[in-house]
Amino acid sequence: MAEEIKLMKGNEAIAHAAIRYGCDGYFGYPITPQSEVLETLEELMPWETTGMVVLQAESEVAAINMVYGGAATGKAVMTSSSSPGVSLKQEGISYIAAAELPALIINVMRGGPGLGTIQPSQADYFQATKGGGHGDYHLIVLAPATVQEMADFVGLGFDLSFKYRTPAMILADGIVGQMMEKVVLPEPRPRRTKEEIEIQCPWAATGRHGRKERNVVTSLELEPDKMEVNNIRLQETYKHISDNEVRFKEYYTEDAEYIIVAFGSVARICLKAIEDARSNGLKIGLIRPITLWPFPYKEINRLSKTAKGILTVELNAGQMIEDVKLAVECKIPVYHFGRMGGIVPNPGEVLTAFNKFFPEATNNANL
Amino acid sequence: MNREDIIKNGTIVYNRPRLLNERNTHYCPGCSHGVVHRILAELIEEMGIEDKTIGIAPVGCAVFAYNYIDVDWIEAAHGRAPAVATAVSRLNPDNVVFTYQGDGDLAAIGTAETIHAANRGENIVIIFINNAIYGMTGGQMAPTTLLGQKTATTPYGRKADINGYPIKMSDLLAQLDGTCFVTRQAVHTPAAVRKAKKAIRQAFENAIAKRGTSVVEIVSTCNSGWKLSPAKSNEWMASNMFEKYPLGDLKNI
Repeated sequence: MAEEIKLMKGNEAIAHAAIRYGCDGYFGYPITPQSEVLETLEELMPWETTGMVVLQAESEVAAINMVYGGAATGKAVMTSSSSPGVSLKQEGISYIAAAELPALIINVMRGGPGLGTIQPSQADYFQATKGGGHGDYHLIVLAPATVQEMADFVGLGFDLSFKYRTPAMILADGIVGQMMEKVVLPEPRPRRTKEEIEIQCPWAATGRHGRKERNVVTSLELEPDKMEVNNIRLQETYKHISDNEVRFKEYYTEDAEYIIVAFGSVARICLKAIEDARSNGLKIGLIRPITLWPFPYKEINRLSKTAKGILTVELNAGQMIEDVKLAVECKIPVYHFGRMGGIVPNPGEVLTAFNKFFPEATNNANL
Repeated sequence: MNREDIIKNGTIVYNRPRLLNERNTHYCPGCSHGVVHRILAELIEEMGIEDKTIGIAPVGCAVFAYNYIDVDWIEAAHGRAPAVATAVSRLNPDNVVFTYQGDGDLAAIGTAETIHAANRGENIVIIFINNAIYGMTGGQMAPTTLLGQKTATTPYGRKADINGYPIKMSDLLAQLDGTCFVTRQAVHTPAAVRKAKKAIRQAFENAIAKRGTSVVEIVSTCNSGWKLSPAKSNEWMASNMFEKYPLGDLKNI
């Protein structure tokens, strides 16, 4: 059977992909620019087909705590929001990480700080990759650049979060959430049965039904030596994830003299800029981190050994650049070009910025 | 068993419920939590629902409730137990789900979660321990602290113009279409304990029959926080708290 190609928004693709993945529950609260996730799910009524629960909560705080509760029973549960709403969810995200529960959280970023704007942004990079809530924890952070990846990363995010018993986040920008594109939706699969959940999640609080030991899901431990052991276990998980789950894509890096690092929709703008530059003899390559955590430090370090300079392009004041600098270890210059407030640069602006930071490159090229 | 049998040497008439774990609690002697825990352990066993019961523990003195009652538990963030219970109940409709929350958890930081879970008529039981003080953090003012009551953060007594009024959460919850049973009980006398147990049993039966949200408020003592002996605490509760928080059913449909 030929693949069925659909045209839809990134937010809608998330909703369709969730149902097809066999997601057990979605708990959300409206906020622009991601309300289509909840709206699409309500329209599709998956509770009548797969049995998936969809609930509009009273707040983002309640929604993430519903996710915590559902995850504690071994269910595949998710929530979505946008920047100010994701700030509200941080308490719950920290608890989910601490209790070692799988869950999927989607942030379709808008400009901040504060109430900010409803226009696209990537200014929650720090929040998503460096913690966000309290305590030493990490999320697996996936950055989609296309509507196809919005759909694909739902399954990937759930799979990784169950594999490592840690929450995963899809960190999308408002552009990917709102734009319409062709997408091939994943094959539908059934929700896991009670028996499957009990085998896969022996830690879940599902009622004892004959279990010798009861299950308690908690993040509380007042004895310091035991609490440190819990922390060490989390850090070991993060090490394991860092060693095994780094994802990225490279474009034109084989002969690149300069590298642009960009994620999400901005990477596509940069790719166009690079193709324009290459037609003028300017050898720029692109690396697009797909996992923002774990970050592709090694891969960027490798590129820094042959490149003369790196430009990061972000919809923020310079956040991912800190990780790029860590990767480069001061070997070559690293600059940042960003727009804020909901403004998205075009390829020409990216090249203008590049020329400003690397005038010697432009002088050598046939411009 | 007649009276002669009962008073015969070696006859066991009172024992630790099977589901009350054999460990010392962290509760202060005289505190109401121990009695309410015992009632829950007895009832879950008597009703034969230990295999499908999931408790949601709060933040506050009952944060360690999961150490004492031998069923599956989920420890919630402060005030969020009704949101956690909502998802647990909706995703696992065959389970029996209850939250166990204090006044700070339920009536201050978790007000929104409590009201909206009850307003949706989630098929859960909410056990609400109202002792008019924050016990765990050392006796600060609670939303239910009485006017004039001295606490660590109202050292000269709660004043309405500064601190507002004690909130009657159960009265609010009884107004919502989603609640089927809202009652206020106490456990300061044997008769009160029997009535409270009956009320909690009804709340669990409602949840099993999916009649909506049941709320059982237990007007409770905190002798450490109140700085009174256990006996004096019971007296103080009866002569001060019952006036503001009268016992009895507020709603039973």
